[in-house]
Amino acid sequence: MSIVAGEGRGMRRIVLGGTAAWLALFTLAPFLIVLAISLVEARFGVPPYTPLFEWGEGLWPAFNGTIANYLTLASDPLYLEAFASSLRIAATAALITLIVAYPMAYAIARARPSARSGLLMLIILPFWTSFLIRVYAWMELLNANGLINVLLIKLGVITQPLALLNTEFAVHLGIVYSYLPFMVLPIYAVLERMDWTLLEAAEDLGAGPFRAFWRVTLPLSLPGIVAGWLLVFIPALGEFIIPDLLGGPGTLMLGRVLWTEFFSNHDWPLASALAVSLLTIVLMAAAFLYRLLQRGEAAS
Amino acid sequence: MNVRRSIALISVLGFGYAFLYLPIAILIFYSFNDSRLVTVWSHASLRWYAALLDNEQMLDAAWLSLRVAAVSATLSAALGTAAAFALQRLKPFFADRGYEALVMLPLIVPEVLIGLSLLLLFVVLGNAIGWPSERGAMTITLAHATFGTAYAAVVIRARLSQLDPSLDEAAAILGATPWRTFRRVTLPLLMPAIAAGWLLSFTLSLDDVVVASFVTGPGASTLPIVVFSSVRLGVSPQINALATLMVLFVSCLILAATLMTRRKHA
Repeated sequence: MSIVAGEGRGMRRIVLGGTAAWLALFTLAPFLIVLAISLVEARFGVPPYTPLFEWGEGLWPAFNGTIANYLTLASDPLYLEAFASSLRIAATAALITLIVAYPMAYAIARARPSARSGLLMLIILPFWTSFLIRVYAWMELLNANGLINVLLIKLGVITQPLALLNTEFAVHLGIVYSYLPFMVLPIYAVLERMDWTLLEAAEDLGAGPFRAFWRVTLPLSLPGIVAGWLLVFIPALGEFIIPDLLGGPGTLMLGRVLWTEFFSNHDWPLASALAVSLLTIVLMAAAFLYRLLQRGEAAS
Repeated sequence: MNVRRSIALISVLGFGYAFLYLPIAILIFYSFNDSRLVTVWSHASLRWYAALLDNEQMLDAAWLSLRVAAVSATLSAALGTAAAFALQRLKPFFADRGYEALVMLPLIVPEVLIGLSLLLLFVVLGNAIGWPSERGAMTITLAHATFGTAYAAVVIRARLSQLDPSLDEAAAILGATPWRTFRRVTLPLLMPAIAAGWLLSFTLSLDDVVVASFVTGPGASTLPIVVFSSVRLGVSPQINALATLMVLFVSCLILAATLMTRRKHA
Protein backbone atom coordinates (compact mmCIF):
# COMPACT_ATOMS: atom_id res chain seq x y z
CA MET A 1 0.00 0.00 0.00
CA SER A 2 2.87 2.36 0.74
CA ILE A 3 4.15 1.88 -2.82
CA VAL A 4 0.71 2.85 -4.12
CA ALA A 5 0.58 5.92 -1.93
CA GLY A 6 4.09 6.84 -3.01
CA GLU A 7 3.20 6.62 -6.67
CA GLY A 8 0.05 8.66 -6.00
CA ARG A 9 2.09 11.37 -4.40
CA GLY A 10 4.52 11.30 -7.31
CA MET A 11 1.71 11.63 -9.84
CA ARG A 12 0.17 14.44 -7.84
CA ARG A 13 3.50 16.24 -7.78
CA ILE A 14 4.02 15.85 -11.53
CA VAL A 15 0.49 16.99 -12.46
CA LEU A 16 0.40 19.93 -10.06
CA GLY A 17 4.03 20.94 -10.54
CA GLY A 18 3.92 20.60 -14.32
CA THR A 19 0.74 22.59 -14.83
CA ALA A 20 1.78 25.19 -12.25
CA ALA A 21 5.11 25.67 -14.03
CA TRP A 22 3.35 26.03 -17.38
CA LEU A 23 0.85 28.54 -15.96
CA ALA A 24 3.60 30.51 -14.22
CA LEU A 25 5.65 30.76 -17.41
CA PHE A 26 2.94 31.34 -20.03
CA THR A 27 0.19 33.11 -18.09
CA LEU A 28 1.55 34.79 -14.97
CA ALA A 29 5.00 35.87 -16.20
CA PRO A 30 3.69 37.51 -19.42
CA PHE A 31 1.29 39.70 -17.45
CA LEU A 32 4.01 40.72 -15.00
CA ILE A 33 6.24 41.62 -17.94
CA VAL A 34 3.48 43.74 -19.47
CA LEU A 35 3.08 45.49 -16.12
CA ALA A 36 6.84 46.10 -15.91
CA ILE A 37 7.11 47.43 -19.48
CA SER A 38 4.14 49.74 -18.93
CA LEU A 39 6.37 51.52 -16.39
CA VAL A 40 9.28 52.30 -18.71
CA GLU A 41 9.77 54.53 -21.73
CA ALA A 42 9.94 53.82 -25.44
CA ARG A 43 13.21 54.31 -27.27
CA PHE A 44 14.76 53.45 -30.62
CA GLY A 45 16.69 50.21 -30.50
CA VAL A 46 16.42 46.56 -29.62
CA PRO A 47 14.43 46.06 -27.45
CA PRO A 48 12.49 49.28 -28.10
CA TYR A 49 12.10 50.23 -24.42
CA THR A 50 14.32 51.36 -21.56
CA PRO A 51 15.21 48.85 -18.81
CA LEU A 52 13.21 48.97 -15.58
CA PHE A 53 16.27 48.29 -13.43
CA GLU A 54 19.76 49.49 -14.23
CA TRP A 55 22.91 48.24 -12.56
CA GLY A 56 25.22 51.14 -11.88
CA GLU A 57 27.93 51.69 -9.32
CA GLY A 58 26.00 50.94 -6.16
CA LEU A 59 24.99 47.66 -4.65
CA TRP A 60 21.37 47.98 -5.70
CA PRO A 61 20.14 48.53 -9.23
CA ALA A 62 18.50 51.87 -9.94
CA PHE A 63 14.74 51.70 -10.41
CA ASN A 64 13.73 53.50 -13.60
CA GLY A 65 9.95 53.13 -13.32
CA THR A 66 7.67 55.99 -14.28
CA ILE A 67 3.93 56.39 -14.51
CA ALA A 68 4.32 58.70 -17.51
CA ASN A 69 2.51 56.27 -19.83
CA TYR A 70 -0.53 56.18 -17.55
CA LEU A 71 -0.50 59.97 -17.29
CA THR A 72 -0.50 60.12 -21.11
CA LEU A 73 -3.49 57.77 -21.22
CA ALA A 74 -5.33 59.85 -18.63
CA SER A 75 -4.68 63.21 -20.30
CA ASP A 76 -4.62 62.67 -24.06
CA PRO A 77 -8.16 63.15 -25.47
CA LEU A 78 -7.52 60.41 -28.07
CA TYR A 79 -7.12 57.72 -25.41
CA LEU A 80 -9.91 59.05 -23.23
CA GLU A 81 -12.15 58.94 -26.29
CA ALA A 82 -11.04 55.35 -26.95
CA PHE A 83 -11.92 54.31 -23.38
CA ALA A 84 -15.28 56.06 -23.57
CA SER A 85 -16.27 54.69 -26.97
CA SER A 86 -15.13 51.14 -26.13
CA LEU A 87 -17.32 51.15 -23.03
CA ARG A 88 -20.21 52.77 -24.90
CA ILE A 89 -20.09 50.50 -27.97
CA ALA A 90 -19.62 47.31 -25.92
CA ALA A 91 -22.51 48.29 -23.61
CA THR A 92 -25.00 49.22 -26.32
CA ALA A 93 -24.04 46.29 -28.55
CA ALA A 94 -24.56 43.92 -25.60
CA LEU A 95 -27.97 45.54 -25.02
CA ILE A 96 -28.97 45.05 -28.68
CA THR A 97 -27.74 41.45 -28.48
CA LEU A 98 -30.04 41.01 -25.47
CA ILE A 99 -33.03 42.35 -27.42
CA VAL A 100 -32.31 39.94 -30.30
CA ALA A 101 -31.40 36.96 -28.12
CA TYR A 102 -34.17 37.08 -25.51
CA PRO A 103 -37.07 36.21 -27.83
CA MET A 104 -34.99 33.39 -29.34
CA ALA A 105 -34.07 31.93 -25.94
CA TYR A 106 -37.72 32.26 -24.91
CA ALA A 107 -38.97 30.52 -28.05
CA ILE A 108 -36.51 27.66 -27.59
CA ALA A 109 -37.43 27.28 -23.91
CA ARG A 110 -41.11 27.03 -24.89
CA ALA A 111 -40.53 24.61 -27.77
CA ARG A 112 -41.28 20.89 -27.46
CA PRO A 113 -38.66 19.31 -25.15
CA SER A 114 -37.57 16.94 -27.92
CA ALA A 115 -36.84 19.86 -30.27
CA ARG A 116 -34.89 21.98 -27.78
CA SER A 117 -31.44 20.41 -28.05
CA GLY A 118 -31.54 20.59 -31.85
CA LEU A 119 -32.62 24.24 -31.77
CA LEU A 120 -29.80 25.04 -29.32
CA MET A 121 -27.30 23.21 -31.51
CA LEU A 122 -28.33 25.50 -34.39
CA ILE A 123 -27.49 28.53 -32.21
CA ILE A 124 -24.04 27.20 -31.35
CA LEU A 125 -23.09 25.79 -34.76
CA PRO A 126 -22.05 29.08 -36.47
CA PHE A 127 -19.72 29.62 -33.54
CA TRP A 128 -17.53 26.79 -34.82
CA THR A 129 -16.98 28.45 -38.19
CA SER A 130 -14.20 30.97 -38.41
CA PHE A 131 -14.82 34.26 -36.63
CA LEU A 132 -12.88 36.07 -39.36
CA ILE A 133 -15.08 34.53 -42.06
CA ARG A 134 -18.25 35.54 -40.23
CA VAL A 135 -17.07 39.15 -39.99
CA TYR A 136 -15.98 39.04 -43.65
CA ALA A 137 -19.49 37.90 -44.63
CA TRP A 138 -20.84 41.17 -43.24
CA MET A 139 -18.16 43.22 -45.03
CA GLU A 140 -19.53 41.81 -48.23
CA LEU A 141 -23.19 42.41 -47.34
CA LEU A 142 -22.69 45.98 -46.10
CA ASN A 143 -20.48 47.08 -48.98
CA ALA A 144 -21.64 49.96 -51.21
CA ASN A 145 -22.24 47.34 -53.95
CA GLY A 146 -23.27 44.75 -51.39
CA LEU A 147 -26.47 42.77 -51.45
CA ILE A 148 -28.28 44.97 -48.93
CA ASN A 149 -27.70 48.16 -50.92
CA VAL A 150 -28.45 46.44 -54.23
CA LEU A 151 -31.76 45.08 -52.91
CA LEU A 152 -32.78 48.40 -51.37
CA ILE A 153 -32.05 50.22 -54.66
CA LYS A 154 -33.95 47.60 -56.70
CA LEU A 155 -36.92 47.93 -54.37
CA GLY A 156 -36.82 51.69 -54.85
CA VAL A 157 -36.35 52.43 -51.13
CA ILE A 158 -33.18 54.40 -51.81
CA THR A 159 -31.55 55.82 -54.93
CA GLN A 160 -27.98 56.16 -53.68
CA PRO A 161 -26.19 53.34 -51.82
CA LEU A 162 -26.11 53.86 -48.06
CA ALA A 163 -22.76 54.07 -46.29
CA LEU A 164 -23.19 50.99 -44.08
CA LEU A 165 -19.65 49.68 -43.91
CA ASN A 166 -17.04 51.56 -41.86
CA THR A 167 -19.63 52.90 -39.46
CA GLU A 168 -20.38 52.40 -35.80
CA PHE A 169 -23.61 50.75 -36.88
CA ALA A 170 -21.59 48.03 -38.63
CA VAL A 171 -19.48 47.50 -35.48
CA HIS A 172 -22.63 47.01 -33.39
CA LEU A 173 -24.03 44.62 -35.98
CA GLY A 174 -20.79 42.64 -36.04
CA ILE A 175 -20.76 42.26 -32.25
CA VAL A 176 -24.44 41.22 -32.12
CA TYR A 177 -23.89 38.67 -34.87
CA SER A 178 -20.67 37.21 -33.46
CA TYR A 179 -21.64 36.99 -29.81
CA LEU A 180 -25.33 36.02 -30.07
CA PRO A 181 -24.80 32.47 -28.67
CA PHE A 182 -23.18 33.93 -25.52
CA MET A 183 -26.46 35.71 -24.77
CA VAL A 184 -28.95 33.03 -25.84
CA LEU A 185 -27.41 30.23 -23.74
CA PRO A 186 -27.51 31.79 -20.22
CA ILE A 187 -30.99 33.22 -20.78
CA TYR A 188 -32.20 29.86 -22.06
CA ALA A 189 -30.65 28.18 -19.01
CA VAL A 190 -32.77 30.22 -16.57
CA LEU A 191 -35.95 30.10 -18.69
CA GLU A 192 -35.68 26.35 -19.06
CA ARG A 193 -35.74 25.92 -15.29
CA MET A 194 -38.62 28.33 -14.83
CA ASP A 195 -41.90 27.12 -13.42
CA TRP A 196 -44.37 28.13 -16.15
CA THR A 197 -47.36 27.55 -13.89
CA LEU A 198 -46.39 30.85 -12.25
CA LEU A 199 -47.32 32.52 -15.52
CA GLU A 200 -50.69 30.75 -15.59
CA ALA A 201 -51.26 31.82 -11.99
CA ALA A 202 -50.54 35.44 -12.93
CA GLU A 203 -52.98 35.22 -15.84
CA ASP A 204 -55.61 33.57 -13.66
CA LEU A 205 -55.27 36.44 -11.24
CA GLY A 206 -56.14 38.83 -14.04
CA ALA A 207 -52.76 39.93 -15.41
CA GLY A 208 -52.60 40.35 -19.19
CA PRO A 209 -49.85 38.47 -21.04
CA PHE A 210 -47.61 41.55 -21.21
CA ARG A 211 -48.08 42.38 -17.56
CA ALA A 212 -47.45 38.73 -16.62
CA PHE A 213 -44.25 38.75 -18.66
CA TRP A 214 -43.10 42.08 -17.21
CA ARG A 215 -43.85 41.18 -13.59
CA VAL A 216 -43.07 37.43 -13.56
CA THR A 217 -40.95 36.08 -16.44
CA LEU A 218 -38.59 39.02 -16.84
CA PRO A 219 -37.62 39.34 -13.14
CA LEU A 220 -37.11 35.58 -12.90
CA SER A 221 -34.80 35.58 -15.93
CA LEU A 222 -32.74 38.52 -14.66
CA PRO A 223 -29.70 36.41 -13.59
CA GLY A 224 -29.47 35.00 -17.14
CA ILE A 225 -29.85 38.45 -18.64
CA VAL A 226 -27.05 39.95 -16.54
CA ALA A 227 -24.74 36.96 -17.14
CA GLY A 228 -25.40 37.09 -20.91
CA TRP A 229 -24.91 40.84 -21.01
CA LEU A 230 -21.52 40.51 -19.31
CA LEU A 231 -20.52 37.57 -21.53
CA VAL A 232 -21.01 39.84 -24.55
CA PHE A 233 -19.75 43.06 -22.95
CA ILE A 234 -16.42 41.59 -21.76
CA PRO A 235 -15.09 40.27 -25.09
CA ALA A 236 -16.58 43.22 -27.01
CA LEU A 237 -14.55 45.68 -24.90
CA GLY A 238 -11.19 44.49 -26.18
CA GLU A 239 -12.43 43.41 -29.61
CA PHE A 240 -10.03 44.10 -32.46
CA ILE A 241 -11.19 42.35 -35.65
CA ILE A 242 -14.75 43.72 -35.68
CA PRO A 243 -13.85 47.41 -35.27
CA ASP A 244 -10.92 47.01 -37.65
CA LEU A 245 -12.82 45.37 -40.51
CA LEU A 246 -16.31 46.83 -40.06
CA GLY A 247 -15.60 50.09 -38.24
CA GLY A 248 -13.17 51.81 -40.53
CA PRO A 249 -10.55 54.32 -39.46
CA GLY A 250 -12.93 56.45 -37.41
CA THR A 251 -13.81 53.82 -34.83
CA LEU A 252 -11.70 54.17 -31.71
CA MET A 253 -11.82 51.04 -29.59
CA LEU A 254 -9.20 50.00 -27.06
CA GLY A 255 -8.21 46.76 -28.81
CA ARG A 256 -7.65 48.65 -32.03
CA VAL A 257 -5.76 51.54 -30.41
CA LEU A 258 -3.49 49.03 -28.66
CA TRP A 259 -2.82 47.29 -31.99
CA THR A 260 -1.96 50.61 -33.66
CA GLU A 261 0.33 51.72 -30.81
CA PHE A 262 2.17 48.43 -31.08
CA PHE A 263 2.33 47.74 -34.82
CA SER A 264 2.30 51.26 -36.32
CA ASN A 265 3.82 53.49 -33.64
CA HIS A 266 6.10 50.81 -32.14
CA ASP A 267 5.39 52.26 -28.71
CA TRP A 268 5.55 49.07 -26.65
CA PRO A 269 5.39 50.75 -23.23
CA LEU A 270 2.29 52.75 -24.12
CA ALA A 271 0.67 49.64 -25.63
CA SER A 272 1.47 47.84 -22.35
CA ALA A 273 -0.08 50.62 -20.28
CA LEU A 274 -3.21 50.37 -22.45
CA ALA A 275 -3.17 46.60 -21.92
CA VAL A 276 -2.97 46.97 -18.13
CA SER A 277 -5.85 49.47 -18.13
CA LEU A 278 -7.96 47.24 -20.38
CA LEU A 279 -7.22 44.23 -18.19
CA THR A 280 -8.27 46.15 -15.07
CA ILE A 281 -11.67 46.96 -16.59
CA VAL A 282 -12.15 43.42 -17.89
CA LEU A 283 -11.21 41.84 -14.56
CA MET A 284 -13.65 44.05 -12.67
CA ALA A 285 -16.46 43.02 -15.03
CA ALA A 286 -15.39 39.35 -14.80
CA ALA A 287 -15.27 39.43 -10.98
CA PHE A 288 -18.82 40.75 -11.00
CA LEU A 289 -19.87 37.95 -13.37
CA TYR A 290 -18.16 35.31 -11.20
CA ARG A 291 -19.97 36.55 -8.07
CA LEU A 292 -23.25 36.45 -9.97
CA LEU A 293 -22.73 32.91 -11.22
CA GLN A 294 -21.77 31.69 -7.76
CA ARG A 295 -24.85 33.28 -6.24
CA GLY A 296 -26.90 31.56 -8.97
CA GLU A 297 -25.33 28.21 -8.09
CA ALA A 298 -25.98 28.74 -4.40
CA ALA A 299 -29.62 29.58 -5.10
CA SER A 300 -30.36 26.56 -7.26
CA MET B 1 -50.54 27.45 -25.83
CA ASN B 2 -52.68 29.28 -28.37
CA VAL B 3 -52.05 29.31 -32.10
CA ARG B 4 -51.18 32.99 -32.32
CA ARG B 5 -48.48 32.64 -29.71
CA SER B 6 -46.90 29.62 -31.34
CA ILE B 7 -46.87 31.37 -34.72
CA ALA B 8 -45.11 34.30 -33.07
CA LEU B 9 -42.53 32.00 -31.47
CA ILE B 10 -41.89 30.13 -34.72
CA SER B 11 -41.37 33.36 -36.65
CA VAL B 12 -38.98 34.64 -33.96
CA LEU B 13 -36.87 31.53 -34.48
CA GLY B 14 -37.19 31.79 -38.27
CA PHE B 15 -35.87 35.35 -38.30
CA GLY B 16 -33.18 34.50 -35.74
CA TYR B 17 -31.79 31.57 -37.66
CA ALA B 18 -32.01 33.52 -40.93
CA PHE B 19 -29.90 36.25 -39.30
CA LEU B 20 -27.36 33.64 -38.17
CA TYR B 21 -27.12 31.61 -41.36
CA LEU B 22 -27.99 33.86 -44.32
CA PRO B 23 -24.73 35.86 -44.31
CA ILE B 24 -22.71 32.63 -44.50
CA ALA B 25 -25.04 31.15 -47.11
CA ILE B 26 -24.74 34.26 -49.29
CA LEU B 27 -20.95 34.19 -48.90
CA ILE B 28 -20.89 30.58 -50.13
CA PHE B 29 -23.29 31.34 -52.98
CA TYR B 30 -21.08 34.15 -54.35
CA SER B 31 -17.98 31.95 -54.22
CA PHE B 32 -19.38 30.28 -57.37
CA ASN B 33 -19.71 33.64 -59.14
CA ASP B 34 -17.44 34.10 -62.15
CA SER B 35 -17.32 37.90 -61.88
CA ARG B 36 -14.34 39.66 -60.36
CA LEU B 37 -16.79 41.90 -58.50
CA VAL B 38 -17.91 39.71 -55.65
CA THR B 39 -21.53 40.80 -55.46
CA VAL B 40 -22.32 41.30 -59.16
CA TRP B 41 -23.56 37.96 -60.41
CA SER B 42 -22.39 36.94 -63.91
CA HIS B 43 -22.53 33.15 -64.20
CA ALA B 44 -21.63 30.11 -62.18
CA SER B 45 -18.05 28.87 -62.29
CA LEU B 46 -15.33 27.29 -60.19
CA ARG B 47 -12.83 29.90 -61.35
CA TRP B 48 -11.94 31.17 -57.88
CA TYR B 49 -11.41 27.67 -56.55
CA ALA B 50 -8.93 27.07 -59.37
CA ALA B 51 -7.23 30.39 -58.57
CA LEU B 52 -7.02 29.32 -54.94
CA LEU B 53 -5.22 26.09 -55.85
CA ASP B 54 -2.64 28.14 -57.78
CA ASN B 55 -2.11 30.51 -54.89
CA GLU B 56 1.16 29.23 -53.44
CA GLN B 57 1.18 31.70 -50.52
CA MET B 58 -2.32 30.67 -49.45
CA LEU B 59 -1.53 26.94 -49.65
CA ASP B 60 1.69 27.33 -47.64
CA ALA B 61 -0.18 29.32 -45.03
CA ALA B 62 -2.92 26.70 -44.84
CA TRP B 63 -0.37 23.92 -44.34
CA LEU B 64 1.41 25.90 -41.61
CA SER B 65 -1.92 26.62 -39.88
CA LEU B 66 -2.91 22.95 -39.90
CA ARG B 67 0.41 21.88 -38.38
CA VAL B 68 0.31 24.61 -35.71
CA ALA B 69 -3.31 23.75 -34.90
CA ALA B 70 -2.65 20.01 -34.63
CA VAL B 71 0.38 20.38 -32.35
CA SER B 72 -1.09 23.13 -30.17
CA ALA B 73 -4.41 21.25 -29.83
CA THR B 74 -2.56 18.13 -28.69
CA LEU B 75 -0.58 20.17 -26.15
CA SER B 76 -3.80 21.86 -25.04
CA ALA B 77 -5.63 18.55 -24.60
CA ALA B 78 -2.77 17.09 -22.52
CA LEU B 79 -2.29 20.19 -20.36
CA GLY B 80 -6.05 20.73 -20.15
CA THR B 81 -6.50 17.20 -18.81
CA ALA B 82 -3.75 17.77 -16.23
CA ALA B 83 -5.21 21.13 -15.21
CA ALA B 84 -8.72 19.69 -14.98
CA PHE B 85 -7.38 16.92 -12.74
CA ALA B 86 -5.50 19.40 -10.61
CA LEU B 87 -8.63 21.52 -10.14
CA GLN B 88 -11.22 18.79 -9.72
CA ARG B 89 -9.41 15.98 -7.91
CA LEU B 90 -6.08 17.05 -6.48
CA LYS B 91 -7.12 20.44 -5.07
CA PRO B 92 -3.76 22.25 -5.13
CA PHE B 93 -2.68 22.98 -1.58
CA PHE B 94 -1.16 26.27 -2.66
CA ALA B 95 -3.54 29.05 -3.56
CA ASP B 96 -6.51 27.01 -4.74
CA ARG B 97 -8.29 30.11 -6.03
CA GLY B 98 -5.12 31.53 -7.58
CA TYR B 99 -4.47 28.33 -9.50
CA GLU B 100 -8.03 28.28 -10.83
CA ALA B 101 -7.84 31.97 -11.80
CA LEU B 102 -4.61 31.33 -13.74
CA VAL B 103 -6.17 28.40 -15.62
CA MET B 104 -9.27 30.42 -16.54
CA LEU B 105 -7.57 33.77 -17.22
CA PRO B 106 -7.12 33.31 -21.00
CA LEU B 107 -10.89 32.81 -21.33
CA ILE B 108 -11.69 36.39 -20.39
CA VAL B 109 -8.55 38.31 -21.30
CA PRO B 110 -8.87 40.14 -24.66
CA GLU B 111 -6.90 38.58 -27.51
CA VAL B 112 -4.79 41.70 -28.05
CA LEU B 113 -3.60 41.37 -24.47
CA ILE B 114 -2.74 37.68 -24.76
CA GLY B 115 -0.83 38.42 -27.95
CA LEU B 116 1.06 41.40 -26.56
CA SER B 117 1.93 39.71 -23.26
CA LEU B 118 3.22 36.51 -24.90
CA LEU B 119 5.24 38.46 -27.45
CA LEU B 120 6.88 40.44 -24.64
CA LEU B 121 7.59 37.17 -22.81
CA PHE B 122 9.32 35.75 -25.91
CA VAL B 123 11.30 38.97 -26.41
CA VAL B 124 12.41 39.11 -22.77
CA LEU B 125 13.29 35.40 -22.72
CA GLY B 126 15.13 35.70 -26.02
CA ASN B 127 17.24 38.55 -24.64
CA ALA B 128 17.86 36.87 -21.30
CA ILE B 129 18.56 33.23 -22.17
CA GLY B 130 18.69 33.19 -25.96
CA TRP B 131 15.49 31.15 -26.31
CA PRO B 132 13.43 31.44 -28.42
CA SER B 133 16.12 32.65 -30.80
CA GLU B 134 13.52 33.53 -33.43
CA ARG B 135 9.79 33.83 -33.59
CA GLY B 136 7.67 31.77 -35.95
CA ALA B 137 5.76 28.50 -36.02
CA MET B 138 7.00 27.43 -32.60
CA THR B 139 6.08 30.63 -30.76
CA ILE B 140 2.63 30.61 -32.42
CA THR B 141 2.14 26.99 -31.35
CA LEU B 142 3.07 27.76 -27.74
CA ALA B 143 0.82 30.83 -27.70
CA HIS B 144 -2.11 28.83 -29.10
CA ALA B 145 -1.52 26.06 -26.57
CA THR B 146 -1.73 28.70 -23.82
CA PHE B 147 -5.30 29.72 -24.58
CA GLY B 148 -6.27 26.29 -25.94
CA THR B 149 -5.41 24.76 -22.55
CA ALA B 150 -7.91 27.02 -20.81
CA TYR B 151 -10.77 25.98 -23.13
CA ALA B 152 -9.81 22.30 -23.02
CA ALA B 153 -9.59 22.40 -19.19
CA VAL B 154 -13.14 23.78 -18.92
CA VAL B 155 -14.60 21.08 -21.19
CA ILE B 156 -12.66 18.22 -19.54
CA ARG B 157 -13.32 19.44 -16.01
CA ALA B 158 -17.07 19.53 -16.67
CA ARG B 159 -16.96 15.85 -17.60
CA LEU B 160 -14.60 14.96 -14.74
CA SER B 161 -17.01 16.48 -12.23
CA GLN B 162 -19.72 14.09 -13.46
CA LEU B 163 -17.56 10.97 -13.09
CA ASP B 164 -18.17 8.89 -9.99
CA PRO B 165 -15.05 9.04 -7.76
CA SER B 166 -16.03 5.67 -6.27
CA LEU B 167 -14.89 4.05 -9.55
CA ASP B 168 -11.35 5.17 -8.70
CA GLU B 169 -11.72 3.89 -5.15
CA ALA B 170 -12.95 0.54 -6.44
CA ALA B 171 -9.91 0.27 -8.71
CA ALA B 172 -7.60 1.17 -5.81
CA ILE B 173 -9.20 -1.42 -3.53
CA LEU B 174 -8.74 -4.03 -6.26
CA GLY B 175 -5.05 -3.20 -6.15
CA ALA B 176 -4.56 -0.88 -9.10
CA THR B 177 -1.89 1.78 -8.72
CA PRO B 178 -3.05 5.40 -9.23
CA TRP B 179 -1.36 5.55 -12.63
CA ARG B 180 -3.00 2.30 -13.71
CA THR B 181 -6.36 3.53 -12.39
CA PHE B 182 -5.97 6.70 -14.41
CA ARG B 183 -5.00 4.84 -17.57
CA ARG B 184 -7.58 2.04 -17.38
CA VAL B 185 -10.56 3.71 -15.67
CA THR B 186 -10.56 7.49 -15.75
CA LEU B 187 -8.92 8.14 -19.11
CA PRO B 188 -11.32 5.96 -21.18
CA LEU B 189 -14.29 7.61 -19.46
CA LEU B 190 -12.84 11.06 -20.11
CA MET B 191 -11.92 10.39 -23.74
CA PRO B 192 -15.01 12.03 -25.35
CA ALA B 193 -14.35 15.22 -23.35
CA ILE B 194 -10.65 15.17 -24.19
CA ALA B 195 -11.54 14.76 -27.88
CA ALA B 196 -14.00 17.66 -27.62
CA GLY B 197 -11.33 19.78 -25.92
CA TRP B 198 -8.86 18.88 -28.66
CA LEU B 199 -11.36 19.82 -31.37
CA LEU B 200 -12.18 23.12 -29.68
CA SER B 201 -8.50 24.07 -29.32
CA PHE B 202 -7.86 22.97 -32.90
CA THR B 203 -10.59 25.20 -34.37
CA LEU B 204 -9.60 28.12 -32.12
CA SER B 205 -6.01 27.83 -33.30
CA LEU B 206 -7.08 27.58 -36.92
CA ASP B 207 -9.13 30.74 -36.47
CA ASP B 208 -6.74 32.98 -34.59
CA VAL B 209 -5.48 36.17 -36.24
CA VAL B 210 -4.69 38.46 -33.34
CA VAL B 211 -2.42 36.37 -31.11
CA ALA B 212 -0.56 34.91 -34.09
CA SER B 213 0.05 38.39 -35.54
CA PHE B 214 1.76 39.45 -32.32
CA VAL B 215 3.94 36.40 -31.71
CA THR B 216 4.90 35.50 -35.27
CA GLY B 217 8.18 36.40 -36.87
CA PRO B 218 9.31 37.07 -40.41
CA GLY B 219 8.27 34.36 -42.85
CA ALA B 220 5.72 32.55 -40.71
CA SER B 221 2.23 33.56 -41.83
CA THR B 222 -0.69 31.40 -40.80
CA LEU B 223 -3.79 31.21 -42.99
CA PRO B 224 -5.82 33.68 -40.87
CA ILE B 225 -2.95 36.20 -41.04
CA VAL B 226 -2.89 35.95 -44.86
CA VAL B 227 -6.70 36.12 -45.07
CA PHE B 228 -6.83 39.07 -42.70
CA SER B 229 -4.28 41.14 -44.59
CA SER B 230 -6.10 40.39 -47.85
CA VAL B 231 -9.53 41.19 -46.39
CA ARG B 232 -8.28 44.49 -44.96
CA LEU B 233 -7.78 45.66 -48.54
CA GLY B 234 -11.38 44.79 -49.44
CA VAL B 235 -13.57 41.88 -50.48
CA SER B 236 -12.23 39.39 -53.02
CA PRO B 237 -13.90 36.35 -54.62
CA GLN B 238 -10.93 34.12 -53.78
CA ILE B 239 -11.60 34.69 -50.09
CA ASN B 240 -15.20 33.58 -50.67
CA ALA B 241 -13.94 30.34 -52.18
CA LEU B 242 -11.53 29.83 -49.28
CA ALA B 243 -14.26 30.61 -46.74
CA THR B 244 -16.53 28.02 -48.37
CA LEU B 245 -13.80 25.38 -48.11
CA MET B 246 -13.16 26.30 -44.46
CA VAL B 247 -16.88 26.04 -43.60
CA LEU B 248 -16.96 22.67 -45.37
CA PHE B 249 -13.86 21.48 -43.49
CA VAL B 250 -15.17 22.48 -40.06
CA SER B 251 -18.61 21.00 -40.86
CA CYS B 252 -16.96 17.67 -41.72
CA LEU B 253 -14.96 17.75 -38.46
CA ILE B 254 -18.07 18.44 -36.38
CA LEU B 255 -20.11 15.83 -38.25
CA ALA B 256 -17.38 13.24 -37.67
CA ALA B 257 -17.17 14.17 -33.97
CA THR B 258 -20.97 13.93 -33.59
CA LEU B 259 -21.10 10.54 -35.31
CA MET B 260 -18.28 9.27 -33.13
CA THR B 261 -19.98 10.26 -29.87
CA ARG B 262 -23.32 8.84 -31.16
CA ARG B 263 -21.72 5.47 -31.80
CA LYS B 264 -20.13 5.49 -28.33
CA HIS B 265 -23.51 6.05 -26.71
CA ALA B 266 -25.29 3.42 -28.81
